[in-house]
Amino acid sequence: MIAALLAERCTGCNACVEQCPTRVFEPGGPGGVPVIAAPDACQTCYLCELACPVDALWVNPDAHDATAPPLADLLASGQVGRVKRDHGWDAPLDAGQLDAYRLLGPLLGEGVEIADRHYHRLIAAR
Amino acid sequence: MSTAPLTLRADVLVIGGGMAAAWAALAAAEAGAAVIVVDKGAMGTSGVTATGGPGHWFVPPEGRAAALERQVARTQGLAEAAWMERVMDLTWRHLPTIAPWYPFGSDGQGGRYIQGVRGPEYMRALRRMCVGAGIAVLDHHPALELLADGDGAVVGARGLALGSGEDWEIRAGATILATGGCAFRSGLIGSHTQTGDGLLMAAEAGALLSGMEFSISWSLSPAWASTRTLPFTAARFFREDGSELAIPSLKAGHAHYQALGAALLQGTVLADLSAAPAGLPAVLRQIQPLTVAAFERRGIDLFRQRFPVRLFGEGTIRGTGGIALADADCGTGVPGLYAAGDAATRELVAGAISGGGAVNSAWALASGRIAGAAAAHYGAAKGGRAGPARALGKAGLRPRGSARPVATAPLQQTIEHAIHGLDRALWRRASTLAASLHELDEAWRAVADHGLAADPRGRVELRATAAMAATARWCTAAAAERRETRGIAVRTDLPATDPAQARRLLVGGLDKVWTRPAAPALRGLEAVL
Ligand SMILES: Cc1cc2nc3c(=O)[nH]c(=O)nc-3n(C[C@H](O)[C@H](O)[C@H](O)COP(=O)(O)OP(=O)(O)OC[C@H]3O[C@@H](n4cnc5c(N)ncnc54)[C@H](O)[C@@H]3O)c2cc1C
Ligand code: SF4
Ligand code: SF4
Repeated sequence: MIAALLAERCTGCNACVEQCPTRVFEPGGPGGVPVIAAPDACQTCYLCELACPVDALWVNPDAHDATAPPLADLLASGQVGRVKRDHGWDAPLDAGQLDAYRLLGPLLGEGVEIADRHYHRLIAAR
Repeated sequence: MSTAPLTLRADVLVIGGGMAAAWAALAAAEAGAAVIVVDKGAMGTSGVTATGGPGHWFVPPEGRAAALERQVARTQGLAEAAWMERVMDLTWRHLPTIAPWYPFGSDGQGGRYIQGVRGPEYMRALRRMCVGAGIAVLDHHPALELLADGDGAVVGARGLALGSGEDWEIRAGATILATGGCAFRSGLIGSHTQTGDGLLMAAEAGALLSGMEFSISWSLSPAWASTRTLPFTAARFFREDGSELAIPSLKAGHAHYQALGAALLQGTVLADLSAAPAGLPAVLRQIQPLTVAAFERRGIDLFRQRFPVRLFGEGTIRGTGGIALADADCGTGVPGLYAAGDAATRELVAGAISGGGAVNSAWALASGRIAGAAAAHYGAAKGGRAGPARALGKAGLRPRGSARPVATAPLQQTIEHAIHGLDRALWRRASTLAASLHELDEAWRAVADHGLAADPRGRVELRATAAMAATARWCTAAAAERRETRGIAVRTDLPATDPAQARRLLVGGLDKVWTRPAAPALRGLEAVL
């Protein structure tokens, strides 16, 4: 669940307000910083983190937990802005950010085969 | 409704903001129509397309005959080869056109890998294409109800703007429902805004539903949040005391989920990914950064540490049912009303099985394009007519009895359990289906008889609750009516497949739900091919 909006970084651009799919944020908090107005509607999709141009948002991976670590710990964790960098979100379209994507299907299938062999060994042993 | 809503006109109104809506809007705009898109969320981030990674059914012409043969064999008699051909053809021709806006990666052989796309980048590209084509995109503008003229033709919709709280009315020559499937607020990744609204609106206009019994599908995820499932396919499963559970692999289909469900009903189940494919850990972050974040932010090394899991229900999203199509244009049988993507039945290409994995996204693209082109043709002739119109919304907007506040959260829990409760969903049988139907009828009546909300969010949420209740009733009634096991509609009390029931089931009705077998083929398809 959305858990932190770092007011000291926020420029008040309202990209999160506009792009959150469940309209969690509303504009017009103190200093132009948006308000987390409807946290219960948050679907833990991290897409506001991709939208924010200055890495001012942090989503707690627990869908029911809106708490965040103390700011210093959060920043030290390296997780603020991490998913945007991992996506290559702001990189040029030809930067190769999806060069591994073709492996998704084969790896998924390989996993199923591994699980299948393991299951048959397991029941044979029992 | 307030007295003077914001009023707009278009040739084509598209309701929804996922891939089906985008492809529909693009096709309509290419055909010369003035197009407005209204999304309950924001086009680009809302919908399961945006959080997923749709691998499309992307088959070169020389591979089509074989692909067709394989898919026909899988779909258990309920799909149609002619639709499959159309869907493969449109997907093959149009998916590559996103290239100027999408960072296609390498295919490892010097070319581009096209068939699988990552959700956030895909929807960002589609949004940019829509805006570039002059399509008006209204985010956070949920539609609440359709409008019809004196002949029953749909002439637009009404809804509200979440930002301002104001009502809107859009008059359109043709309207396309691309509102996605319905996961009944199970927590499935990206599914919060897909609450079956389009299905309810279609039914109020006189359309039918089809394939609603094929509404069972699951995502295995960490217990704390639904993620995508790539890392979990090789999982081994354990109890907290370290004893291993024998769970048949995903190849076993329903039996895999039944074994997991049985274990989950008894207590905590831990997944162990230490046997994952050797090549996976190094590339998972590049493929699915958000899946990695779900673990890393909790300080869990997902390939080394065991973690608790849950099954997240997918309802009609990777199930198959939706609005029945009456013709080869993705028309619903109601003049002026079209359906595309997960909002429509995908039986025509997926039959009795899940379309997840390739067919659903190809369907969303192709049905979007088909509906968009047809709606442009029809809508341009009709224009955004300003004549008298009736608002069709009932449950959640206009109570039959005394209006009073209705608490939506407990109703939503009841609805979700009736569909996704492990005991109900994994061991479907006449007695549990009857129990679910009874609970769902009560939930429906609570909203339809009394529900009225004043504030904007409350209105959207109440209407969503009505739509989920309606959708759940159609799913359950169809599951009760299909007296056999076919594809993903598994009945514990009727485990055999009955050749006499190799036909689609239509379901409809609001206050009273009914079912009937569908005629075998759709009108007009031969003429199109
Ligand atoms: C985890 C996951 C993985 C998947 N992987 C694959 C795959 O690999 N291959 C494949 O083929 N398929 C896959 N699928 C299925 C595929 O993603 C869908 O079939 C496809 O994305 C559906 O697109 P859509 O536009 O119909 O729906 P969505 O993308 O869900 O969009 C629905 C839209 O409707 C809007 N809406 C809802 N109600 C209203 C309203 N009242 N007013 C206005 N707007 C409204 C929503 O806000 C949303 O924008 C997957 C699904 C999931 C959940
Ligand atoms: S995680 Fe998703 S739903 Fe939650 S606030 Fe961010 S964008 Fe909105
Ligand atoms: S997107 Fe980031 S910078 Fe912009 S308003 Fe939101 S938090 Fe502030």
